[in-house]
Parts: sequence; structure tokens; C-alpha cells
Amino acid sequence: MTSLRYTEVMNASVPAGTEDIPVLDYSLFREELITMLGREQFHCLNYFCHRIPEGLRFMCCIADDETGTIRILCHEKKDGGTSLRSLSDSCTAMHIFEREIHERYGLGFEGHPWLKPVRYPHDRADRRNVISTYPFYEMESEVLHEVGVGPVHAGVIEPGHFRFICNGEKVLHLEIQLGYQHRGIERLFTEAGENGLRRSLLAESIAGDTATGHGLAHAQLSESLAGFIPPPSLEIERCIALEMERIGIHIGDTAALCADVAYQLGQVACEALRTLIINTTQFWCGNRFGKGLIRPGGSDYPLTEKIADEILRVLGEVERRYVNVTDCVYTLPSVLGRFEETGTVSRQQALSAGAVGMAARSCGLVRDIRASHPFQYYRQMEIKPALQTKGDVMARGRLRVMEVRESAGIIRKLVEVWKNGEKNTGRPVYDLRFMPESLAVSVTEGWRGEICHVALTDADGRLVDYRIKDPSLHNWMALALAVRNQEISDFPLCNKSFNLSYCGNDL
Amino acid sequence: MIKEIRILADHRIQYIADLRNQVLSERFRGRPVISAEITSSQAEAAATMCPTAAIDGESGSIDLGRCTFCNACAFMFPGVFRFSADYRIAASERSGLIVKPGQTGWSGFNGLAVRPVIRRLFRRALKLRQVSAGGDNSCEMELHAAGNVNFDMGRYGIEFVASPRHADGIVITGPVSENMADALEMTYRAVPSPRLIILCGTDAISGGLFAGSPAVKRDFIEKHHIDLYVPGNPAHPLTFITGIMDMLGI
Repeated sequence: MTSLRYTEVMNASVPAGTEDIPVLDYSLFREELITMLGREQFHCLNYFCHRIPEGLRFMCCIADDETGTIRILCHEKKDGGTSLRSLSDSCTAMHIFEREIHERYGLGFEGHPWLKPVRYPHDRADRRNVISTYPFYEMESEVLHEVGVGPVHAGVIEPGHFRFICNGEKVLHLEIQLGYQHRGIERLFTEAGENGLRRSLLAESIAGDTATGHGLAHAQLSESLAGFIPPPSLEIERCIALEMERIGIHIGDTAALCADVAYQLGQVACEALRTLIINTTQFWCGNRFGKGLIRPGGSDYPLTEKIADEILRVLGEVERRYVNVTDCVYTLPSVLGRFEETGTVSRQQALSAGAVGMAARSCGLVRDIRASHPFQYYRQMEIKPALQTKGDVMARGRLRVMEVRESAGIIRKLVEVWKNGEKNTGRPVYDLRFMPESLAVSVTEGWRGEICHVALTDADGRLVDYRIKDPSLHNWMALALAVRNQEISDFPLCNKSFNLSYCGNDL
Repeated sequence: MIKEIRILADHRIQYIADLRNQVLSERFRGRPVISAEITSSQAEAAATMCPTAAIDGESGSIDLGRCTFCNACAFMFPGVFRFSADYRIAASERSGLIVKPGQTGWSGFNGLAVRPVIRRLFRRALKLRQVSAGGDNSCEMELHAAGNVNFDMGRYGIEFVASPRHADGIVITGPVSENMADALEMTYRAVPSPRLIILCGTDAISGGLFAGSPAVKRDFIEKHHIDLYVPGNPAHPLTFITGIMDMLGI
């Protein structure tokens, strides 16, 4: 009977017909999800709800890491009731999705331990709730004190508010309040509708530091809804771009980690190395962040022999020098003293927070969409995710070194295949016709972790809903857990070691 | 110690000596060049296609305050629109960001429009407080890079400071989200007078892709005098630094 409880799709492949997705009773929907999510091979890619004429429709996309499939479960709420039984008390990782639904549609979730605002979206259920009235957790005590930081921070970074409850120098609890960056981007996607160029530009601005990761999630989602199969050369080019983005950011993050412990040599050397990588991306497509490189249906900047050779040349130089620098950084006692056993997240904590990507892989939890739900040319490759187990700042730093080397290897392989293969990347297609009554799921592994875009079309093939999940949505909770019982002075270091997105969370 | 020496030897000297005369890679999209021979039908077609309404449908001029530098107009009419690698495109007035057909070189920066007090007080040291208000973190990262070993704006005494109380002005990125509007106002008020405002990136200048979104609230931008406009998606560090140098008269 279980086969009737959900529809299965593959990542960025043939979409599901919305009419074919079985509609479950809420009790069955909940039971099915709790059973699945109780097993480690399953995790939730996205769970959201939207209005239908009779009430609300809930869609949940569950990734099965062992079979590489994505299960779609559906529930329709037509009784007009104001609450549902929560999933979060059985499966903590679902907390953030239920909070989002609560905030946007005013629906209560009985038994939810932490039903707080996520991002104060413009279309929230209760406009009287504003960002300055966020209900912070409080502790009554004579000895404890609170420290509030933000939304405007000391550095040149995005805004968010951090509220610490401290005992002396020690952090007992950190609550992270976001939403300052909310731009209403999901709605702009549906308004852009058939204008693929505008959607592509929006995708690159979901999180500008992940223009390739989000750009690709959008491009392959559009192609999946249109039944367009990209040629291998295009797939290869996209994977190269994605790995370049990963390398550039990881090296920049290494610089930032060095800066936070006042190790200037490591900082300036890595900043200069990042510049070499992103200037190569600029050489390829005219933009240091890869904006303009990923488009649905084709590319404005197909790879050429000259660009491929330049990428290989820079990669060789950067990898050699980065290995030298990091060999120095990660053996220096004054650095190790700050990195080791600072901001530790256990594997169990990562699992219950629903951590993805680097945040998960740094504490022994293998979550890598390139391996579990391969997309583009990764389907033809064997990706073995780099892994660290200790879950501290050191592990997150070391993981970056491993991933830079791994990505460099992947790019070399891809360039070799590209050189020997047929080069038939076409021009972008901005007016792809979407299949009617469909739901498509597209997941990519950006440098932070899994990025999931979901789109729904109506009977005429028009976009009716576009949902975006940045990995930061899960990982902010991992950061909050990491700083417990740490000195508050280590917060910047812990924060940098995750380097999460504010705008990706706030949308 | 040997390891460190090896790193320094590899690193060599990286800083760019002359920030005004760098040759960026050919594909970098900076100052647009529009053919004087553009026809009205081409202008109209490009304007209809432009995703942020940056192109004027009658004249074919481009407003860099709205342009996302996506290059779609140049792909549509290759002989008519072209984005050159000239990165010196900051302007002292909003109207200076409009590039007309047939225009060569950059005329957006009008030194006379700069408030005299700015050059008098900040020419040798300018401390800025950055406020991201819905920015996508690409402009923020470029502003951060403006201080790194390559671009090193610190050599002119230009730097970002942690507190608005220590700052001479603010640099705004992002379209100004409604949720950030109050914090932006408070940060600005915390800067001692005389204070300046710099808008960095297309999103900040016009709202860019987010213009008209119900989650954006641009009252602050509309009611204040803006001292410098730095276009780009994101603005290149060289555009930012040379723009400030022009403003300060360096």
C-alpha cells in the first residue's frame, strides 16, 4: 500500500503531475513522514504550503539518499481549522518549515517546541507582527546577562540579530533572529512567469555569493518543466562553474578564519588566491561571481579551449599555493589553539537540526547531493564526499582544504572529458514552454550545501508557485548550537566557520 | 619559518599600483557603448526586452542605475549595444548614470556636484560604515575586497569602520528591504554631521530587480541627498575606489 502514499521523482528530471500526487489525510501524512524521517537515509528537502480554492495544500519533498529518489507527499486542508498536530516534536529538523508555514498562513502547530517567526515576509499572516517585536527567549536570573548584536554588524556583512544569554564570558544560549534581508523574491519569480531572463537574474541574486549554485538550481528546474535535456558539454561547463564557485569561496573563508584569529599571513595569502580564482571566472563570463554564466537551455559563454586552459593553469597555481598556506595555517600552534574544540557540533545535533552540506560533513554526516542525487554531469561521475568528524571550527576549516583539492580534481577530469567530447552547447532559451499541472524539484550542491528549488504550474503551464530553500535555512540552527558553552569572544570565529547566508534565508 | 618564507615568496607583491588605469578582462561588463546609429525599432525592442527597464524605448540610452549588466541587449543587437571593460562608471549625480547613444568616455562624474565640505574634511581620511539592506552579499563581498591586498583602498585613508559613531558616512547596498528600513535610518542618524551617503550597486541605486517589490521600502533613499552612485551587479572594487577618489579629488 505504501506505493500509493507518495509520488517519486528524480532530481531535476521528469516532473510529477500534480493531479497524480496522492492526497493523504493529515494523520496519515504525518505518520508517513515521521516513519520516513526517523531513518537517516531520508531528509526533507522542502516542505511548504500554498492556498487552493478550498483551503491549503501542503507539499513535502523527501530525499532518499540511498536510492537517489525524491518522494513527494501531499495533504490538503479543507476544514478551515486553525491548527494541525506538529511534526517537529517527533522530528526536530522539520521545525523551520512548520515555522515558515505558521508565519505565512497563520496556522498553528500543536506540540511545536519553538513556533517563532522565520523571516517576517511581506505576505505574513499577521502584519501587526513586525521585526522589532520578535519574541526572544528569556531567562530570569540575577547572574545572567544578555548581549544583543545587530542587525548592523561591525564588519561588512549582511544584517541579522544575535541575542546571547551569557553567564560571565560563557554563552548559555544564542538565538538568531533573521528576516532583515527579505526582498519577496519567491513572489518575484512567479510574477516573472515566462520571462526566463528575468528569472535567471533573480536566481543569481537569491544569494549573490552562490550565483552559480542557485542559478543552476533554477536553470535545471526550468529545463525539467520543459522537458529539455541539456547536452553533455553544457552539463560539464555548469559543473566546472559550480566547482570554481566552491573553490573561490572556500579559499576566501580560509582567509576570513585566519583574520579572526589575527593570523595575517594566512589571511592575505588566501585573499590573493581567491582573487586569482574569481578573476578567472570573470575571464570566462565577465563577472567575478559568475553572474551571467548559468542560463536555461544553453549558455551565453560556452567554454572555449582558451578559457579551459586558463582555468587549468590558474587551478594548478592556486592549488599548489593553497596547500602550502593551509599546511602552515593548520600546523601553527597559535591557530590550532583557537580552532580545535571550538564551536563543536555533534553528529547527533547536526542530524536533529537537519544540517546539510559542509555543516553536516564536518561532523561525520554525509550529505552531498552530488553523490546522493546527482545532477548535470555528476551523474556520469563518482563523487566521494570529503568528510571530517569532529564538528569543531578546525573540522570545518580542514574540510574546506579537502574540498578545494577535491573540486580541483573534479574540474581537471571535467575539462579532460570536455576536450575530448562534442561541443554543442547552444544559446540560452528564455521562453521554454512549461508542462501544465506539474511539480518539479531541482536540487544542487552549492558550496554551503543543498539548494532546493520547487516549482508548480497550472493548467496552462504558467508558474503558480516557486519555492526556494537555501542550505542556510537549516544550518543557522547548527551555528546556534555550536556556540553553547563557548566563550562569547569565539562567536565571530564560529560564525565565520559556517559562513551562512542571510539573504538566502530571508529570500 | 621556512614555510612562511615560501608563502611570501609565492605571494610576491600583489597590490595594484595604479587603480585608475587597469585593464580588466575583455568580457568584464562596465561602461556601455551604444551606437549613434541605433534605430527607433531597435531601441524599442531592446527596451521591451530589458528585464529592469534600464533602456529608454525612444532614444536607446541606458540608465546604469537600473542596469543589471546582464548583457542581454548586446546579445540581441551586437553591433548596437556593447559593454566595454571600462570600470570607471561612478557618478556624482543620478542623471550622470544615463549613457546616451554615440557617447564615448564617461561623463557621469561632475566634480562641481560634490559638496565642498566633503573634499575639505575627508580628502585625507574617509571612514565609512557599510549597511546592507537587502543586499545579496555580492556587493558586500566586493566592498570587503576593496580593502584587501590587491586593491588596498586603505592607502588613501579610506576604510570601513565598525561603529557609525566613528564614521563619516554610510555605504548602502541592497534595494532597502522594509525590514531593514528602521535600522538603516538609525545607523545614519548615529553618524556625526557632516555625513555622506554612497549607494553601491544597482539594487541600492534603483531597487534593480527588486524595484516595486512589496517587501522593499525606499523612503530613505528618496528623502536624502546622495553623494555618490556606484553602479554594478555587483559594483567592482575598482569602480568603488576610483569613484571615491574622484569624489574626494584624489
